[in-house]
Amino acid sequence: MQPAVEFRNISKAFGAVQANADVSFSIAGGSIHGVIGENGAGKSTLMSILYGYYNADSGQVLIDGQPQDIRTSHEAIALGIGMVHQHFMLVENMTVLDNVMLGNEGGFKLASQRGEVEARLREICARYRLEVDPLATVHDLSVGAQQRVEILKQIYRSANILILDEPTAVLTAQETASLFEILRLFKEQGKTIILITHKLQEIMDITDEVTVMRAGRVVGAVQTRETSKEQLANMMVGRPLQSELPRAPYNPGAEVLKVANLQLQDANGVKLLSDIDFTLRAGEVVAIAGVSGNGQSELLEILSGMRLPTSGSVDFLGQALPYGGRANADGLPATFRDLGIGHVPEDRLRDGVIKDFSVMQNTVFGYQDHVKNRWGLFDFKRIAQRCAQLMQTFDVRPNNPDLRIGLLSGGNQQKVVIAREVAAKPKLMLIGQPTRGVDIGTIESIHTQLLRLRDEGVAILLSSVELEEVRALADRIIVMSGGRITGILPVDEFDTTRIGLLMGGLHKS
Amino acid sequence: MKKTELPRWATGFVLPILNLLSALIVAGVVIHLLGESPLDSLRILIDSAILDPEGLGYTLFYASTFIFAGLAVSIAMQAGLFNIGAEGQMYVGGLGLTLAVLAFDASLPGWLLIPMAMVGAALFGALWSFIPGYLQAKRGSHVVVTTIMFNFIAASLMNYAILKLIPEGQQNPASRVFADSAALPLLNKVLPVFGDTPLNISLLLAIAALVIYGIAVWRSSWGYKLRATGLNPHAAHYAGVKISRTIIVTMLVSGALAGLGAVNSVMGSTHYLSLNFPAGAGFVGIAIALMGRQHPVGIFLSSVLFGALIQGGFDLSLEKPNIPQETFVFIQGLIILFCGAMENFYAPAIMKLLNLTRTSTTKEA
Amino acid sequence: MEDFHIASIVISTIRNAPVLMFAAMAGLFAERSGVVDIGLEGKILASAFASASVAYATQNPWLGILAGVGVSVVLAMIQAFVSITQKGNQLVCGIAINIAMSGLTFVLAQFFFHEGGRTPDLREARLFDIVLPGTAALDNIPFVGWLYGHVIGGQSALVYLAFLLIPIVHWVIYHSRFGLRLRACGENPHAADAAGVSVERTRYLAMLVAGVLCSFSGAYLAIVQSGFFLRDMSAGAGYLALTTLVFGNWRPLHTVLGCLMFGLFGAIQIQLEGVDLPVVGQVSGSLIQMIPYVVTVIVLAGFMAKSVAPKAAGKPFVKSR
Repeated sequence: MQPAVEFRNISKAFGAVQANADVSFSIAGGSIHGVIGENGAGKSTLMSILYGYYNADSGQVLIDGQPQDIRTSHEAIALGIGMVHQHFMLVENMTVLDNVMLGNEGGFKLASQRGEVEARLREICARYRLEVDPLATVHDLSVGAQQRVEILKQIYRSANILILDEPTAVLTAQETASLFEILRLFKEQGKTIILITHKLQEIMDITDEVTVMRAGRVVGAVQTRETSKEQLANMMVGRPLQSELPRAPYNPGAEVLKVANLQLQDANGVKLLSDIDFTLRAGEVVAIAGVSGNGQSELLEILSGMRLPTSGSVDFLGQALPYGGRANADGLPATFRDLGIGHVPEDRLRDGVIKDFSVMQNTVFGYQDHVKNRWGLFDFKRIAQRCAQLMQTFDVRPNNPDLRIGLLSGGNQQKVVIAREVAAKPKLMLIGQPTRGVDIGTIESIHTQLLRLRDEGVAILLSSVELEEVRALADRIIVMSGGRITGILPVDEFDTTRIGLLMGGLHKS
Repeated sequence: MKKTELPRWATGFVLPILNLLSALIVAGVVIHLLGESPLDSLRILIDSAILDPEGLGYTLFYASTFIFAGLAVSIAMQAGLFNIGAEGQMYVGGLGLTLAVLAFDASLPGWLLIPMAMVGAALFGALWSFIPGYLQAKRGSHVVVTTIMFNFIAASLMNYAILKLIPEGQQNPASRVFADSAALPLLNKVLPVFGDTPLNISLLLAIAALVIYGIAVWRSSWGYKLRATGLNPHAAHYAGVKISRTIIVTMLVSGALAGLGAVNSVMGSTHYLSLNFPAGAGFVGIAIALMGRQHPVGIFLSSVLFGALIQGGFDLSLEKPNIPQETFVFIQGLIILFCGAMENFYAPAIMKLLNLTRTSTTKEA
Repeated sequence: MEDFHIASIVISTIRNAPVLMFAAMAGLFAERSGVVDIGLEGKILASAFASASVAYATQNPWLGILAGVGVSVVLAMIQAFVSITQKGNQLVCGIAINIAMSGLTFVLAQFFFHEGGRTPDLREARLFDIVLPGTAALDNIPFVGWLYGHVIGGQSALVYLAFLLIPIVHWVIYHSRFGLRLRACGENPHAADAAGVSVERTRYLAMLVAGVLCSFSGAYLAIVQSGFFLRDMSAGAGYLALTTLVFGNWRPLHTVLGCLMFGLFGAIQIQLEGVDLPVVGQVSGSLIQMIPYVVTVIVLAGFMAKSVAPKAAGKPFVKSR
């Protein structure tokens, strides 16, 4: 039997980065095939080539044994390949129906096809238990429902090969289980499913076969039932995961942060944060665990002064933080920084650095008013000295302070940001997703730096979607779901199942 | 290894020169189609604007105004704002200085009167850019359309104001002539080579403004915050920059600079306020900001170039009636197109060229 | 107020509006697809000049209109190339076109006609009012006669075209395949791309339509309203049209209401000249001239309507992963 999809010697480079290097493997029809690897392993690039989004530099893609030159996503769709992206490709102010019809309208007049399409959509929803109303407007739907719309789109287009890119990143445990049920139904219908993920548990739960990628290459292809999470992890990372990093015994000091009854509503009245209460002490790491989009980002934005809460109070070192009497948070982050709150933002490129500025210029970003000479102009000598020191301590590569920071790897960019914030000697350090987009080697060094900071008495509040990272760093864990704190527990009570349930919204004190 | 980024010398020099040449070549084609010789026209232009000392004086005189206009647009651009309103701001700035002069030119000596008038020009220019800046900062109204509207409003307002300022019995729609104390010292007193031109100390002021601009934007934290806002407002907010205030202050400074541009022609040349005296200088400022890439040296060179185009264009239009001065408005548009919107048009070609030479040298090595 | 004044205001409004309507509909197509068209002004000028010149040369207004369409489309394609293929700054491109056309139209008018940068009077080579059948018969009936004869009837062909375009544009945008793809490209071009729609092609098409529609604005100015081309005769109409888009929240029907509003202001403005108003007396012509522009600023400040632009407007589409 011909494999549904086969990759032969696929290579693709983006400038200096070799995203795929000589990738070869095949995917059997009627199976659920996992492709696993860390960030930057090349999985998404490979799937984009399959979907016609990119063109490979060399190599072949075969569909049902026939070599195919897939130059556009239009051609991929015609071959029966459908892709559910990590970031949904939906037009928010249009209905589900319009989104499905886009690109597939069946004629110049929309009205001629609308009725038929709607009927067919309802039929598909019923068959696969997708529970989506074709006439709903996309931006009124929940994230899980929007994903089901994406899946609906692919089924409607008679996709036989369905690619799902990190589908569970935005789902709760319960929504993930529903998704997997749907995928099993597809498999029964003879469809082929390619699941891209970095979550070992998912691979074990649902796939039949797994291909492991690392640094653009295939490093392993196994049958799921013949392997284990540990084996996959080893292949993924290339070496056994560091289990314990050295840290001083847990001995928290004075109270640094007290959050009381914090509420946040957006412009439409949707509650983003409800009844947030917790405290943080010097010398402890508190990690917020939770699936993206459950309020963690907003919480950190409020605590760093980038956003105003709707109500509630936050006391820092005994003093209330100055949210009151303002129309917006314009300029507030500077005040918070001056008080001693450092912030490593979740979205590094959007918030944390200026891509076109040099590394050296970025080392004063946020602190630009503190490095002046007696005439009120920049003290370049002092800035250069400081920069050299930071780059050395944190091992930023390449060691060129005049390089545009956009040219550095994600890991090195993150090091610059952390170095900058640490250098200001904050009493509280807020960190969103400390190792997002960071390569394996750097992750460990960042974790080490953070623990060192903790041992020096800084209070650290971080949020992470990686439970492994939460377990490695935290003294205490706060679990958030739906904008609420569903549980606070010490790290020695860490239990994946329990935390998973809390992340899914079930309260347990 | 293939480079994916163009080196600084390519983006800083080669691209701008190629872009400028493209604009000039298109202009040359049009001139040819109008039945004139582009090379001949170029010769007349260079002779008149650069080689002839008196012509050069006029070139630098025009450049003085253009430097201020270019600075006005540049500083707004650094903050990510496209200030199309320099024309109106300059026009209203002229009103500011005129009111100061008309009130005090009988009583105050020159060395007090002139700075006061300059302050008046800057103040009124800033006033005219304040509302667009405020609306952008607080209500998100796009500064491009609001400043354009304010150009039109300025035209009507100044029409009204100048009509009110016409002295009894005068036909010319202009204010009365200023007293001598309001006349800017001419440079031909010190440098007689420039002949009988209105070239005055505004040039020195303009150069001083360029220097201050350079220091402020690249060496102060204020300039740093400005550039951060222009490059990435989300990150600038993270870094503690007060975005609203930055936008408003930048527009105020921009308007003030544009207003100062009025000083050169009103107090250096005509010595009265006349209808439409900016004559498009505000729009030239846009071309200069784009061509000069908002860099002090670039702004200076571009201003001199445009000064030459105006001066040379004037003589050219006398010799060749098929090339009226409006031709240079057309050339201005071309320059904005090639240097602004199409600035990276030649980048891929240069990249290929560089990579070719690189591989061939490594082959030899 | 005498009926006479209101009647002439109504008719003036109808006759002023098409300049803005054509330009606004052009801008609508462009912006809904994701391209900000600041260059409307330049296209209006260029097509005004082209249509006036060709209409004069051939003594045929229809050929003039055709010439206007051609010129405007060429400019629109240049804009499209710069904005879409070159991914250049759309605002700068538009301003460049406006300034370039302001200069070029004068130079060419001077070159061809030697009348100080304007074209000669078209006299008979213009579009004249179409008198509907039965107008004379109904003329004696109060109101209905006036309505039929002078409001609905008695307009030139381009006026009818402008109003006829309203339902057509509405239908195309909301009920056609092209319109669906257009709106997707303006809201979320990545989604359109993933659905197999060519974002570039759709935007080019949108600019083509914009070029055609905008040309009628220029032709209307030159051939219908004045009978000649004069330098900078568009007087900001291109920018006012963009404002009506903001006012109308990028929806065809509401945008046209904005155009009518501006037309109304223009009509009232003319009536106000030389009239003694209570308290302020006679208002200077210059100050009255300001009104449309001041209203624009007020609209843009959001005091009249809250509006949401197409999300992807102004951003070049770059495939990213």
